[in-house]
Amino acid sequence: MQGLKARALELLNDGTVSRVLGWKIGENTYDPEPAFFETAEAMEQFVYNNFCAANLSKYMIEASKLEGKTLVCLKPCDSYSFNQLLAEHRIDREKAYIIGVGCKGKLSIEKVKQSGLKGILSVTDTDPLKVETLYGDAEVAYKDAMLDRCHVCKGKEHVVYDELYGESEDTSDADRFEQVRAIEAMSPEEKFAFFQAELSKCIRCNACRNVCPACSCRKCVFDSNKFDSAQKANVDSFEEKMFHIIRAFHVAGRCTDCGECSRVCPQGIPLHLFNRKFIKDINALYGEYQAGADVDAKGPLTSFTTEDAEPGVVSQGGIV
Amino acid sequence: MQRIGVFVCHCGSNIAATVDVKKVVEMARMEPGVVFADDYQYMCSEAGQAKIGAAIKEHNLTGIVVCSCSPRMHETTFRSCAKRYGLNPYMVEIANIREHCSWIHKDMQEATEKAVILARAAIAKVNLNAPLQAGESRVTKRALVIGGGIAGIQTALDIADAGYEVDIVEKTPSIGGRMSQLDKTFPTLDCSACILTPKMVDAAGHEKIKIYTYSEVEKVSGFVGDFTVDIRKKARSVDATKCTGCGVCQEKCPSKKTPSEFNRGLGNRSAIYTPFAQAIPNVPVIDREACIKFKTGKCGVCEKVCQAGAIDYAQQDEIITEKYGAIVVATGFDTIKLDKYDEYAYNQSKDVITSLELERVMNAAGPTKGHLERLSDGKAPKEIVFIQCVGSRCADARGKGYCSKICCMYTAKHAMLIRDKYPDVNVTVFYIDVRTPGKNFDEFYRRAVEEYGVNYIKGQVGKVAPQPDGSLLVQAADLLDNRQIKMKADMVVLATAIEPDPSVRGIATMLTASIDTNNFLTEAHPKLRPVESPTAGVFLSGVCQGPKDIPETVAQAGAAAVKVIGLLAKDKLTTNPCTAKPDELLCNGCGNCAKVCPYGAITYEVRQINDHGIREERRLATVNNALCQGCGACTVTCPSGAMDLQGFSNRQLIAEVDAICR
Repeated sequence: MQGLKARALELLNDGTVSRVLGWKIGENTYDPEPAFFETAEAMEQFVYNNFCAANLSKYMIEASKLEGKTLVCLKPCDSYSFNQLLAEHRIDREKAYIIGVGCKGKLSIEKVKQSGLKGILSVTDTDPLKVETLYGDAEVAYKDAMLDRCHVCKGKEHVVYDELYGESEDTSDADRFEQVRAIEAMSPEEKFAFFQAELSKCIRCNACRNVCPACSCRKCVFDSNKFDSAQKANVDSFEEKMFHIIRAFHVAGRCTDCGECSRVCPQGIPLHLFNRKFIKDINALYGEYQAGADVDAKGPLTSFTTEDAEPGVVSQGGIV
Repeated sequence: MQRIGVFVCHCGSNIAATVDVKKVVEMARMEPGVVFADDYQYMCSEAGQAKIGAAIKEHNLTGIVVCSCSPRMHETTFRSCAKRYGLNPYMVEIANIREHCSWIHKDMQEATEKAVILARAAIAKVNLNAPLQAGESRVTKRALVIGGGIAGIQTALDIADAGYEVDIVEKTPSIGGRMSQLDKTFPTLDCSACILTPKMVDAAGHEKIKIYTYSEVEKVSGFVGDFTVDIRKKARSVDATKCTGCGVCQEKCPSKKTPSEFNRGLGNRSAIYTPFAQAIPNVPVIDREACIKFKTGKCGVCEKVCQAGAIDYAQQDEIITEKYGAIVVATGFDTIKLDKYDEYAYNQSKDVITSLELERVMNAAGPTKGHLERLSDGKAPKEIVFIQCVGSRCADARGKGYCSKICCMYTAKHAMLIRDKYPDVNVTVFYIDVRTPGKNFDEFYRRAVEEYGVNYIKGQVGKVAPQPDGSLLVQAADLLDNRQIKMKADMVVLATAIEPDPSVRGIATMLTASIDTNNFLTEAHPKLRPVESPTAGVFLSGVCQGPKDIPETVAQAGAAAVKVIGLLAKDKLTTNPCTAKPDELLCNGCGNCAKVCPYGAITYEVRQINDHGIREERRLATVNNALCQGCGACTVTCPSGAMDLQGFSNRQLIAEVDAICR
C-alpha cells in the first residue's frame, strides 16, 4: 500500500495528474470510503486495504469534467465498468490515469458479523482476519469474510490501465449462476413470493442506483417529471417494486456484474440476481458476453444479426 | 385541454351485431376531453365522413377518435377526412373495435365492455396528441430485383419497358432459375427452355437492365424511394469483359468430379463451369473449392487454353453500392430436404428420385441425355410409381402444412409424357386428392387418366423398400377399394414439397420485411395488396410469397412491376412525421440509440447546452427526420427516456395502458 501511495504522490507532485481518486481511511479498518485527494497533505488519508471494495469507475464521470487528469485506482473487476462507461461516452479516457491495483478478494464486515461475532472493536484485513470484540478475540478465515461477488471473481486481468500495482488473485470458487438457476426452478408462485419478500424490504434509498456504474443517466427516469413513473411509485406499492425490475431492464446488456448494488444495499436485498438472470439469458441466447471486456464490442442487445435467437425461442425460456 | 369527438361505426352489422354501439357512445361521452360522441352505420362512407366534418366545425373539435375497423384499413381515410375539414390529420386516432373486438368475440356484453376500453385508450392518447407535419422525400428512379428466375426476369422486363432502370441480383452464375431446369411445362407441354431463354436474352440485352450474377445482396439501408444496397459480386475468377464463352476451359478442366447443382447432383461438372449451355451471361465461374489451382497451386490448365486471356485467379469479390427507389424480392423456392422421410428410401436407392430430378432425367441436356433410365443400372424402367404430397399437407413437423400447389399438375405431366414416349411403361400415381383448379388444368389431368391410361390410386404409400434384385417394393393403401397394395416398381418419383429458398430469411431481415412461419414473405394485405410487403417500397414476386405455377408467377411478376412503376413515377413521397425526437436535457450521449437504429438516422454531435443554468458541452443524439422511419427501436433502448417518438410518445403509450387498466 505504501508503494501505491508513494507512486500516486509522485504523479500528483510532478503534475501528471491533478488529483487522485482512491479510498480514504475510515473510522475503522473495515470502512474506507471513496475520495478525491488533491494535495500531498490530503494524501495522508489515502488507504488501500482488503476492505476497499468500492468500485471507483463511476466517479470518473464527474472527474472527466474537471481540469487535468485524475489518477484512478481500479481493481480488475472495476476496469470492466470503466470500459463500459468509456464505450458509452460517459467518461474521457484522456482525463484518466489508471493504476490497476491488485486484488486478492475484497472483505465485508457484514460477512464477519454473519460469522456470529458481536461487539466488534477492530478487525485486520489479514488471512485469517483477527477480530477483537467486546467478548474477546476471534479469527475468521479470509474466504469466509469475502464478498459474495469475489467468489465468482472475473479474474485478475485489468482490461484497461496505464500501469499496474500489486498482485491479484483469482478467487472464484463458486458457480456464478447457481442462485439464478435455483430461482428459475421455482414455480411462479414461489418466485413471486421470493421477490415479494426481498423487494418489500426496499426503503427506496436509491443507494443501488447511485452506486451502479451502468445507472449513469444525467437524469433518472424515476426522478424526471417528464414521465409519470416517479409519482406513480410514490402512491402504489406495486410500482415501487417495479423500480428494481425496470432498473434491471435499463442496465441489461450493459451491467458488468460488479455487484456494487448488492454490496451497498442497507437492507441486504440480493439485487445482483436480477442482473445476473439477464446475463445468463444473454449468454444462452447470444453467446458468452461480458460487458466492458471490449470497448468496441456491440452489445448483444444493441446489435442485430441474422443468427439472433428467434422471439419464439426467447419465450420458451431460451432453449435453443 | 383537447376538444375530442368520438365516432362509433356500426360497419353494417360487422360491429353493431356484437358491440352495443350506443353504449360505447354513452361511455365515451364521460371520458375527459370528449365534447361530442355519435354513432353511424358506415363511418367511412361519404355521409359518415360528412358527419365527422360537421361535428369538427360545430363543436370546434381539436381531436377525433374513430371506433371502427383496423387502422390499416381506414386510418388514411379518416386522416384525409379530418384534413379536409381543417383538422391536422395526426389528431385522429382509431380504436379498432372490429378486428380486435367484434370479429373475435361472441358475447355482446363482453365485446361492448372491450370496445369501451379500446375507445377509452384511444381517447387517452388523443388527449396527448400534438399536430404533426409530414415532410417530403425524393425517389431514386431505379429498382432492384433480388432473384433472376422467371419471376425476377419478368418483373425486371416490365419495369424496364416502362422506362426505368432495373438491376437484377442473382446468386448463381446464371439467370434462369428453377424454370431453366424444367423440361416441359403444363398444361400445354411446351418446352420450358424455348419459352424462357428468349426472355433471358431480352433481359440481358435490355438497355435499362443490368444483371449481377454470382452476386448477393449484402446490406440494405434507407427506406422507400431511397434504399442504399451493397451488392457483393463474388469473384468469378474469369474476366467477363474478355471471355468469349467458347467453353474450351470447361472441356479441358481436369477437375470434373463436382456434383452439378443444375442437374440436382445427378451428374458432375467441372471446377470452371457455366451451369447450363444457355447460361446468361455465358461466362464461366471457377468454383474455388473444387479448383486444383486454388487447392494446390498447381494446374492452371484453363489459363493456358483460354485464347482470350480471360482467366484471372487473382480476382477479388467486389462490393457495389447502388441506390434504389424500390426493391422486388423474387427469391423463389427449393424442394425440401428428405432426410426425415426414410420410408421412401430416397437416401437408400438411386432409383427413388424427386420430381425436379426427373425433370433433369427427361431433359435432352440432362445427365441421361433425355433417356428415361434407372440411375442405378441404366436399365429402362417398366414400372414407375409416383408419390404425391411428399412433405406437403403434412400434419407433423417433418413436412409442411401447406399444399405445394404445383405437384398434382407436374405429376400428371410427367405421367403423360412417359406414357406418350414409352407406351410399354406402366405408370401409377398415389395421391391424397388431385387438385386441378386452373385454366385447362382438369382437362389436362383427365387426359392423363383417360387417354394415356395413367393408373391413379387414392391412397398414400407407407413404405418403399429396395429389394435384393434391384427393384423397389412399394407398400400402399388403396382407400377407394379399401385394400392394401404391394407392388414392385423400377423407379419411384417423389412429388417433393417446395419451400421458399433458404436465402430469403437473410434477405427479409435486411429488408425488415416480415415472413410467416413457413418462411414465405407476408403480403401487406392477403387479398387487396398481394404483391406488396408491409414494408414500404418492398414488393413480392413469385414463389417467395407462396407456392404458385409459372402462369401465376408471371402474372404476379407483372403486378409487382406495376406497383414499382407506380412508385418510381412519383417525384416526391410524403414522409411519415412520426419520427424520433431526443430531449437534449435528458440525453446521456451514450450512443446506444445510434447502434440500434436500422436506418442510420441517428448521429451524435457535441453541442453547448444550458441545463437549468449549467452551461456545458455535451455529446447529444441528433435524428435525421428524412431517414427516420419511426420504428421506435431507439426509444426503448434509451435508458434515460430522452428519445421519444412523435405521435407515439412514451407518455401517450403509458396513458393508453393506464386507460386500459383503469
